[in-house]
Amino acid sequence: MPAGTPLEGRVQALDNLTILDLTHHIAGPYATRLLADFGANVIKVEMPGGDIARQLGPFQGGVSHPEKSGTFFYLNCNKRSIVLDLRTAGGRQALMSLAARADLVVESFAPGTLDRLGIGYEAFRAINPSLPLVSISNFGQEGPYRDYRLSDLVLYAFAGEMYSMGETDREPVKMAGTAALFESGAAAAVAMMSAIFSSQRHGIGQHADISLAETHFGGVDRRHATAIAFQFSGRKTLRLASHGGGMPGGIYPCADGYVDFTNAGLYPDRVADMLNHAEWLNDARFMDPMQRLNPAVIEEWNGHFIGWCVERTKREIWDEARRARVLCGPMFTMEDMFTDPHFRDRGFWTSAQHPAMGEVTLPGRPLSMPRGGWELRRAAPLLGEHTREVLAEAGLDENAINAAMEVAR
Amino acid sequence: MNPKPLEGIRVIDLCVVWAGPFGTMLLGDLGAEVIKPENPFVFQPMTRGAIARPPQIMADNAIAWSGGLPGGRVGDRPWDYSPTFVSLYRNKKSFTVDLRRPEGLDVLRRLVAQSDIVYENNASGTLEKLAITYEWLREANPKIIFMRVPAYGSTGPYANARALGVHLEAVMGHSLLRGYADADPSSNTAIYSGDYLAGAQGAFAAMTAIWHRDRTGEGQLIEIAQAENAAAMFTQAIMDYSLNGNLQGAMGNRDVHGLALQGVYPAKSPGTAATMEDHWIAITIETDEQWRAFATAIGGPGWAGDPRYATGAGRVEHHDEIDARIAEYTAMQDDYELMQRLQAVGIAAAPVLEASRMFDDPHLRARGFFRTQTQPSSGTYEYAGPLWQFPETPVEYYQAPIMFGEHNEYVYRELLKVPEEEYQALLAAGHIADAYDASVP
Repeated sequence: MPAGTPLEGRVQALDNLTILDLTHHIAGPYATRLLADFGANVIKVEMPGGDIARQLGPFQGGVSHPEKSGTFFYLNCNKRSIVLDLRTAGGRQALMSLAARADLVVESFAPGTLDRLGIGYEAFRAINPSLPLVSISNFGQEGPYRDYRLSDLVLYAFAGEMYSMGETDREPVKMAGTAALFESGAAAAVAMMSAIFSSQRHGIGQHADISLAETHFGGVDRRHATAIAFQFSGRKTLRLASHGGGMPGGIYPCADGYVDFTNAGLYPDRVADMLNHAEWLNDARFMDPMQRLNPAVIEEWNGHFIGWCVERTKREIWDEARRARVLCGPMFTMEDMFTDPHFRDRGFWTSAQHPAMGEVTLPGRPLSMPRGGWELRRAAPLLGEHTREVLAEAGLDENAINAAMEVAR
Repeated sequence: MNPKPLEGIRVIDLCVVWAGPFGTMLLGDLGAEVIKPENPFVFQPMTRGAIARPPQIMADNAIAWSGGLPGGRVGDRPWDYSPTFVSLYRNKKSFTVDLRRPEGLDVLRRLVAQSDIVYENNASGTLEKLAITYEWLREANPKIIFMRVPAYGSTGPYANARALGVHLEAVMGHSLLRGYADADPSSNTAIYSGDYLAGAQGAFAAMTAIWHRDRTGEGQLIEIAQAENAAAMFTQAIMDYSLNGNLQGAMGNRDVHGLALQGVYPAKSPGTAATMEDHWIAITIETDEQWRAFATAIGGPGWAGDPRYATGAGRVEHHDEIDARIAEYTAMQDDYELMQRLQAVGIAAAPVLEASRMFDDPHLRARGFFRTQTQPSSGTYEYAGPLWQFPETPVEYYQAPIMFGEHNEYVYRELLKVPEEEYQALLAAGHIADAYDASVP
């Protein structure tokens, strides 16, 4: 069965939940995409003109087009799109009709925006006291930086562990793409589930405050550890590249690219096996933890290792490393990934038909959950594709739907 | 006090290193009871530190987030207070048992019978060697949810490949996509963004599976292959290849969507990078209007009025020369002061914050972000706070980072109600301990 076809009668874990999704850009839509993937009925409310992510590349064909953004496409599969102008009374009334049937409302406007429109938490609470509102914002709903802006770079610079990334004598350097925003989005998906659990298991409604910055200040990618290491010891984490050097450790060039052997030296016996040097197991210079800190020993060892690497391709090196159970990662390009038999044969890739882009190949399931798990039910929606359908489901009559579709001048 | 969202959910944490423990940490923060079985005879590297009893020189030579121990000293119980461990093991419980022996495995079986989730991310084959399989777990508890977080998945040619997060970053393309545009990839620093994503999605999946179980009565085996899971973070590069056949490369600090300008610029610094006192400011300008506001905010220098810089396309074309001009200016500015000045006119800007400085940040202080915890092994310190703020169900740090075997009495006597005779036998056999066995290096 082609991906994207609805599965008749199949139960998905979250298919009894309706999410009213007022998020835009990357972090919020990634969070709601996860819930949608596991069956939630996610109603994506876009302002006239659409989610700003529709203007973010890459675009199919390289030319900006609101229905051809690969970024928007990935983030919004499995959702339905409606357009409401929340500056109009009709738009707000329609939103409240949808909220009355929702299990969770999530938004990512600048703090205070919904209040100014008269549709803040109190308005949702008045409809349903146990209806949670999750607000995702740059720095949170309160505090001195409440109105400050963020980008993926500025978020990671300030709240993530960017300071220690890069060469000591150069500027700190970020992760690729918008990885920091994706991490925040995954953390926000957990928060949404938490709010749903509190609401549906315990009858507790609340206005949850998700600060993108705090999702990184408390995050696992070294920031919480660098913080407590300083509190413990007064030590700070030096910015340092992973040039090879730890018998082995770090990144090494090879015949056709690079391989990463970070921490591989923790298991010297396996490394000796990988290199077919069984005699090293009896060589104290290479086995004794103290002697392995000696720069002269490391240099001698590198003399063996670097030559071994440059004579082999990244895949050949990884084959040997896997055989000997050595920590190793070949540096793949996207082409390597797309053509790799492991990812292909496990069914990692999927595809969907889209009215403007045709058949699109994209990464499939983020995880395997055999019962009630991931399905690609529909491609990303066209702007406002489902406005009439969704409002009719909410019981709005033709006049109310027309009023809801008016745009403020 | 309101019940916590996951109150009543019990999780067995068979996790190692970061990706698994981060997932169970999030579940613990939300009120699940997370119990970690630990073996007094087997040390799991990179979980409670690199090795159980590191020589002082090893800690001193290690990077701060690994070797920065309390007071700079290895002390008596280094496994209790490794910086990465304490960051991930609040709000959990620790008890000891040797799962390699049948009576130890039987203790686990009884605990499984009373639990909702078993969560593990060991190297493939580790649990199988202990005869811990989904079938075995299901026999103990038909509704159990078994979360497995292998590196590459349980099938396919890479199923047995060893990996930490950083190796997965390489395979899923991240390592070639990040770093300086003008340097070779060995200038990259080992990072662990995949651990973040797999941990958060693991917590999400566990909650989704509980939701499903409560609707249907079904437990299940969930597999998160980390290399597949985290690839989504590089959506722009993946979709550019998928849609257009373009291979993106490292872009340094520039915007992946091509908005200009964006960069990290030197700020007035009290010291150098070698002493970790170099200051930098990150700035993102996405629109022409922001560019004009920026020019005004920095005093309207003549070069900023260059018409070639007025449009996004122009700023992309002349990015390098604009960067050099901006750097000349920012090098004389205080990073925090410049952040406030730029943010006041709607521009995203902030210092590249070295971790120790977060404790002085007025915003985090005003929001009460930090949490003070007292662990008897290490003392009282201020820790980074939780990832979210819930007014009605606040995340509290109700249990300080767990000391080895801290909850033996609770697990064996209260939870499992092990008879006194068996308790004494387990104690004599070394299952119940409050430290690693002397044989563990």
